[in-house]
Amino acid sequence: MSCEAIGARLPGQARPSVPWAWLQGAGLRASGVIAVLAIWAVVGQLGLVRPFLLPPLPAVVAQLGGDLASGGFAISAATTLYRALVGFALACAIGIPVGIMISRHRLVGWFVTPIVSVGFPTPTLAFLPIFMLWFGVFDLSKIVMTAFSTVFTVIAAADAGTRGVERHLVWSAQSLGARRREIFLEVMLPAAMPQILTGLQVALPLALIVEVAAEMLMGGDGLGGRMLQAENYADSVGVYAGIVEIAAVGAVAVALMARLRYRLLRWHAEAAER
Amino acid sequence: MTRTMIRYAPLLILAALWEALTRLGIVPRSLLPPVSDVFAAFVGMLRDGSLLSNAAESFGRGAAGLAAAVLIGFLLGAGMALRPRFHAVIGPLVQAFYPLPKTALVPLVMIWFGLGDIGKIVLIFLGCLLPVTLGTYNGVRGVDRVLVWSARSLGARPREVVLEVMLPAALPQILTGLRTATAFAFLLMVASELIIANNGLGYLIGSLGDNGAYPAMYAAIFTVIALGFCADQAFAALSAHLLRWRA
Repeated sequence: MSCEAIGARLPGQARPSVPWAWLQGAGLRASGVIAVLAIWAVVGQLGLVRPFLLPPLPAVVAQLGGDLASGGFAISAATTLYRALVGFALACAIGIPVGIMISRHRLVGWFVTPIVSVGFPTPTLAFLPIFMLWFGVFDLSKIVMTAFSTVFTVIAAADAGTRGVERHLVWSAQSLGARRREIFLEVMLPAAMPQILTGLQVALPLALIVEVAAEMLMGGDGLGGRMLQAENYADSVGVYAGIVEIAAVGAVAVALMARLRYRLLRWHAEAAER
Repeated sequence: MTRTMIRYAPLLILAALWEALTRLGIVPRSLLPPVSDVFAAFVGMLRDGSLLSNAAESFGRGAAGLAAAVLIGFLLGAGMALRPRFHAVIGPLVQAFYPLPKTALVPLVMIWFGLGDIGKIVLIFLGCLLPVTLGTYNGVRGVDRVLVWSARSLGARPREVVLEVMLPAALPQILTGLRTATAFAFLLMVASELIIANNGLGYLIGSLGDNGAYPAMYAAIFTVIALGFCADQAFAALSAHLLRWRA
């Protein structure tokens, strides 16, 4: 479910070469976003909705500017990203090898498969009280929570990726005298890479979702923690600004992941399509 | 039957290991109550009805939010795939909304809708909307043109083309989106109920944990897991049934 597919271009339409047509297209594309912002500004000006429910746009922009200038945004974003990314990295470090072993070792596959099929659709946030009990309320429990929530997605993707590697590729390498290790490192792993990366692209936003919720539940600063503080002080400007800040962090994370995929899959046919 | 047993035996092994570790005192009971205690607490909660009533509350919210998301998401996705202008206007909004971790919306829906059911339903709706929209969009967009042309040349009306050619051809992707959405519905339901609520399974887990009733808390958590697993399995069975015409 890639969002790049919802690209800026209209479906079935090549990049327009005429500037006027391009302008028209750009106007159409911007219209939705502009309309939302305009409605927000007008409703705020006319006082149609209580400012507590929908604070005026300039106030939210000012708050965002203040957070940026004071470094408050940088600190919260760094805190949240630190926890989310360490958890995500742990999930990758455990999930990718386990997922690969599922199809290569029967015993591992037998043992892990039912655990993954239960863990995959589980609302893992339900485990949060357990992790609080085990690991306290500081960084460690949040990191474990994030890792636990994403590891099943990573395992499933790595398993599906290695399972789907074309037999002919492996046979060709074998007949050319490649050893098991070489086949694994130079054939299986690259061939499984697209699917593994797809899994990571699903898991990274999930890590942020869980991290933000964990911060809201346990406190401890970060973007989610600060938003819940704003909520508790009935500071709706802070809540709106918080959503924009979290969205910005999410957008950067998703974009960087797509960039990483493009880099790693340069050799792959899908890179040529871009 | 035996095959299912062999398949899920690892879960039984894990449960046995858990019981042994706690009974032998290797893991302190304050951190991990024995499985048998958790099961006893589960039976107790079934008897006094607290499990069922809270599960019913959660289920109602999840189902309402998910149903709304499926309806609106399907229309948005199909509209975006079939109408380029609509896509040009809505696409950037979808793109902007997509990377937002949806739990960030919890305080917002609290401001707007308070602490009751509606806020949670809206949250689940918003969280499930995009998986359905994107699944439908990618599915409908990916329909083989030749199929549509053939149907048209055989005299099918636009309505028939949509209902009898495009919908079935897009169904696999739509179902994939729905499956993701179902998982999200559970996640957001538990998250919102844990953060603030006065009933529902998430609330039950949180309040039992706060009171130190750990066996009951574990029982509630594993109930949520079992429900998520059952929903996913039921969904897989439904997809297999709906897609049985595929080779």
